[in-house]
Amino acid sequence: MNSQLTSQFTSPRELRVSSWLHRHEKSRLAVLLSAPLFWLVVAYLGSLFSMFISAFWSVDSFTGSLVKTFTWDNFHTLITADVYRRIALRSISVAFLVTLIDALLALPIALYMAKVLSPRKRQVLVVLLLLPLWASYLVKAYAWRTLLAHGGVLDWLLHPFGLGTPGYGLAATTIVLCYLWLPYMILPIYAGLERLPNSLLEASSDLGAGGGRTFKSIVLPLLYPSLIAGSIFTFSLSLGDYITVKIVGGKTQLFANVIYDNVGTAGNLPFAAAAAMVPVITVLGYLYMVRRTGALENL
Amino acid sequence: MLEKASAISIRALTKTFGKVRAVDQIDLDIAAGEFFAMLGPSGSGKTTMLRLIAGFEIPDHGVITIGGRDVSNTAPFERNVNTVFQDYALFPHMTVLQNVQYGLMVKGIAKKERSERSEKALSRVRLEGYESRKPSQLSGGQRQRVALARAIINEPEVLLLDEPLGALDLKLRHEMQVELKELQRTLGITFIFVTHDQEEALSMADRIALFNHGKIEQIGSAAEVYEFPSSEFVASFVGTSNLLTSSESEQLLGKQGIFSIRPEKIHLTKSGDRTFTAQVISSLYLGSTTRIGVELPGGTRLFLLQPNDGSSQSLVSIGEFIQIFWDSSHEFHIQR
Repeated sequence: MNSQLTSQFTSPRELRVSSWLHRHEKSRLAVLLSAPLFWLVVAYLGSLFSMFISAFWSVDSFTGSLVKTFTWDNFHTLITADVYRRIALRSISVAFLVTLIDALLALPIALYMAKVLSPRKRQVLVVLLLLPLWASYLVKAYAWRTLLAHGGVLDWLLHPFGLGTPGYGLAATTIVLCYLWLPYMILPIYAGLERLPNSLLEASSDLGAGGGRTFKSIVLPLLYPSLIAGSIFTFSLSLGDYITVKIVGGKTQLFANVIYDNVGTAGNLPFAAAAAMVPVITVLGYLYMVRRTGALENL
Repeated sequence: MLEKASAISIRALTKTFGKVRAVDQIDLDIAAGEFFAMLGPSGSGKTTMLRLIAGFEIPDHGVITIGGRDVSNTAPFERNVNTVFQDYALFPHMTVLQNVQYGLMVKGIAKKERSERSEKALSRVRLEGYESRKPSQLSGGQRQRVALARAIINEPEVLLLDEPLGALDLKLRHEMQVELKELQRTLGITFIFVTHDQEEALSMADRIALFNHGKIEQIGSAAEVYEFPSSEFVASFVGTSNLLTSSESEQLLGKQGIFSIRPEKIHLTKSGDRTFTAQVISSLYLGSTTRIGVELPGGTRLFLLQPNDGSSQSLVSIGEFIQIFWDSSHEFHIQR
């Protein structure tokens, strides 16, 4: 009886901590934020910063050891060497194409999920969409390798239409990247559409707009922030990928391969760091462009 | 009687959702230029009815004719009907002006005519000077006006209003009631509005249809519906009513059947041919009136509404025995 009584109240020590925290607002914030802030500043910004610094170093070509003196050499090579420019352009094009295809695929699916399905079936579909994310994307890329092989499933399926597998290469890489990042496009668009009241669509229709007009004038502008969010995922994930292209890309090289090869085979960390600045700057440039359009103001 | 042209005529209209018959074999005619209210509790089918007329729902069967044209299976954008939504449904990324002009824009009407008509529509709802604001910068009442302007600019044959005043506070609601009535009078457009608020329906509508379980229980003017309710449901939903069961009627009135007596028709001063002694069991002060509950010797409980007009009659205390009076002409027989 007695023990039951005391257990109804918090133990005195625990109560003391809580009441002390209750009185000290700043300490409360410190408890809440110190771990994530440490992570952000040290691990995240710190690693970015050290990469930025090492991009201006070089490697002694005889000994292979780091030379920690400032030089523009890495950036000079990146800009002047024709091969890097071509690879960079190719990577950005692939990232854009993947983003575009994913957006075109995701819109109808998300629309169907958010506006047609009943809430129960909607949840099932969300789970189904998330399911592939549980599997390692390495496994999925290898699965596509068998699909895309000559004489493979895709070949067999497309044969009656006089078509065949594109084989391993840039097209295959684009297809697989589209497949891999599609959920990252669907989910933000779906969330955006779910927030869009049906009455807005009905109002547009009521005022004389057909489906296409409503989509263009009402859905698309209101969905813009979601589309941008999705595109940031698909764009930067595509830009950073080197595994898919290794598995289904044949001899194709993307920019992430340049970074990877310099870290691994070539052992030129400073050049890898400098090369890594290219996707970082590209994504920053993309975000700046997005900001200029004013899309983020309605977030 | 002079038959006015009917703006909307509905025949055997039925709509089911799963197993629920939201609208069940309804026939209804609404005259051109009428201010028509669809009143009922939630789930009674009144909103489904409105959505069927607007075209947001397609009926299972039955016919809707608007201005002589069968529109039963047409899309909303093919109907000359506009809706003021309960949540106003203003486009948040557009300014007030863009919202109001949307309908004209979609129909490809030239810029000059667009701005002329939007100016007129905005002045109709007294929103001049708000053209460049976004909906989020407006108050609830102003949003309501934008929604109205956006609808009436299209000069629809019929304007549908879904709980138009539901989201407004009491004072604004009373103002808008007057304004809506005035707007309807000057525009001459048929207004159909859905409400669960009987006061709103009584004060604004030329005719009221009472919805219950997907059917219309009664259609009539405010006075008809209030004074001569056709069923127990109508008597209890429109205003409050004292309903006497058949045994109570027999005992008190010496009549057969169910009778309804409005609380304001029962008085504490001598008037009418019915007199009873009753004990006060409750007294609720409501400002302009006091709602008094009494019990008659046989156990029948009645409510009466006493105006607080300064006379001492309204000052009764609980437990006190008082005399109550009413006129037998105010006992209204309800058909089953």
